[in-house]
Amino acid sequence: MKYESQRVAMPYFIFALVLFAGQILFGLILGLQYVVGDFLFPEIPFNVARMVHTNLLIVWLLFGFMGATYYMVPEEAQTELHSPLLAWILFWVFAVAGTLTILGYLFVDYATLADVTMNKLLPTMGREFLEQPTITKIGIALVVVGFLYNIMMTALKGRKTVVNIVLITGLIGLAVLWMFSFYNPGNLTLDKYFWWFVVHLWVEGVWELIMGAILAYVLIKVTGVDREVIEKWLYVIIAMALITGIIGTGHHFFWIGPPEYWLWLGSVFSALEPLPFFMMVLFAFNMINRRRRNHPNKAAMLWAMGTAVMAFLGAGVWGFLHTLAPVNYYTHGSQITAAHGHMAFYGAYVMIVLTIISYAMPIMRGRPYGNSNTAQVVEMWGFWLMTISMVFITLFLTGAGILQIWLQRIPESGDALSFMATQDNIALFYWMRLIAGCFFMAGLVVYFGSFFIKGQASPAEEVRGPATQEA
Amino acid sequence: MPMQVSAPTPSITPRHLPGDLAVWFFIFAELAVFGILFIGFGVARSLDPDTFAAGRQVLHPWTGLINTIGLITASYLVATAVQRLRHRQPGVALLLWGAIGASSAYTFGKLWEYADLYGNGYNLGTDTFFMFYFFLTFFHFMHVVLGQIILVVLAVKVKRGDYNGDDMNGMESGASYWHMVDLVWLVMFPMLYVLA
Repeated sequence: MKYESQRVAMPYFIFALVLFAGQILFGLILGLQYVVGDFLFPEIPFNVARMVHTNLLIVWLLFGFMGATYYMVPEEAQTELHSPLLAWILFWVFAVAGTLTILGYLFVDYATLADVTMNKLLPTMGREFLEQPTITKIGIALVVVGFLYNIMMTALKGRKTVVNIVLITGLIGLAVLWMFSFYNPGNLTLDKYFWWFVVHLWVEGVWELIMGAILAYVLIKVTGVDREVIEKWLYVIIAMALITGIIGTGHHFFWIGPPEYWLWLGSVFSALEPLPFFMMVLFAFNMINRRRRNHPNKAAMLWAMGTAVMAFLGAGVWGFLHTLAPVNYYTHGSQITAAHGHMAFYGAYVMIVLTIISYAMPIMRGRPYGNSNTAQVVEMWGFWLMTISMVFITLFLTGAGILQIWLQRIPESGDALSFMATQDNIALFYWMRLIAGCFFMAGLVVYFGSFFIKGQASPAEEVRGPATQEA
Repeated sequence: MPMQVSAPTPSITPRHLPGDLAVWFFIFAELAVFGILFIGFGVARSLDPDTFAAGRQVLHPWTGLINTIGLITASYLVATAVQRLRHRQPGVALLLWGAIGASSAYTFGKLWEYADLYGNGYNLGTDTFFMFYFFLTFFHFMHVVLGQIILVVLAVKVKRGDYNGDDMNGMESGASYWHMVDLVWLVMFPMLYVLA
């Protein structure tokens, strides 16, 4: 760690991981509710558990992105953070507001929550993933603005690097697109448009910039490859992500009421959305093959390769599976969507945050070359357990989805089964998904365990070739 | 007795990729986008040839031809500029400005065509043919404008002496991108104006 103020990333990472554990816990509850419908009813109904599961995901990823940014920007800009105090204040504001919101979901029914938070003054609640009370939404906006101010003041006074520029562009995009969550038109088609302007343009737009920047940063650090080479790749990747991702929003417009041409535009452009992810795979493996050093933090390198591959599979391949309009006509809103959502979020965004945590956390804890070998081995066990479990969750959900479509969607005549009758027929897949989910939780426990193993890696096997000034 | 195998004659000029590898990734990705759109166009036309034939009647092939000539001329000038820079001959910036001028025949021609069609009530939502026509050509139009901006940057850099022929990477990268844009139009012109 070159700058003391980078340490402010630590609470963000820790809190992110705590929320991650909460998210997985609620995932397991949901997995069980799929097959045992009244589990925990009426205390935690399915819709509440689902809201907690998805909202925790979004909030902990935001914590992760902020932690990553606080860590990366000062080092890239070669200067201390503009105001570590502000970063700490915003951390507590965000942590308290986030926790209160989740507790609100759990302990107050949603209508009451809307009442007490005075939703009627500016109604924004009730939309999937954007269920947060308006006051929380305003809080998120203020935290992000304060965060951006802090980061941009830091970046502007120091060295301008492509990593910082791409990262901050992504974060500004994140903040700007969040504004659409405040607009809640009465027309259902318009409502969906603006909803997707947040949801889609986050995960298939600006978040890819953030992901690309974090991946590039970690690769610069662990491979020692020249910054120019990595920056060039980063530019090409984000250009492709934006070219395909922005018009690719059209794959959500197929059945919500807009003109027919979206069937074409959405299909064609989103069919190409795997490209930037494929480039990320080439990028990560190429840079690691050309590495100038063997960084002792092998776990971080594993996460970096893992995120590229899993993001390509989850976001790229599983996204492509059901993105063409003629296919989506049948698969829309089925378990195929759930399969894609799980692997894409895990592969792209969970894993990139865990990558930067794996790289930065040991350094902030006074282990500049990474954790001890034992700790790394345990962490890698966590990696494989979680990743393989997620592959199985995805495969089981895909199986469930295919069967669901076959039974419920394909039959033209009156032979099609009803929704609930179909669910009974695919229950076996849900049970297997639940088992895979338990393994995921086990992987998470193992991963957390790696943080409690003492000792650090030695710099002995550090250099592989001529070191660069970046290394 | 083993046969004597003569070694292949070594090529005189070593294989060389003009421009940066990253630009070529970008070019292939762009070609993939256009390629898929072209395939989509072909499929949609085979499903509904009458709409496509009727739509084509409304277009202005002469404007299309002028656009094509403008772009081909621009490509020729860009290629000449690259050669001249490589051999350290003068007039590179002038050729690039010439290419920008020639390709402006395309940009203005296209804008006129849009205004004319739009004035006559055609737009993206008219039918499948016009969806493809407007989307494909506008998407391409934006690429031409980006290409022109790149040419302006190259011309300014040449004028300032940033490029002197030692390092052809920047110039060749920009020129490769430009030729890609030109190439795409050479497919699109007959596809939209003649074959549809």
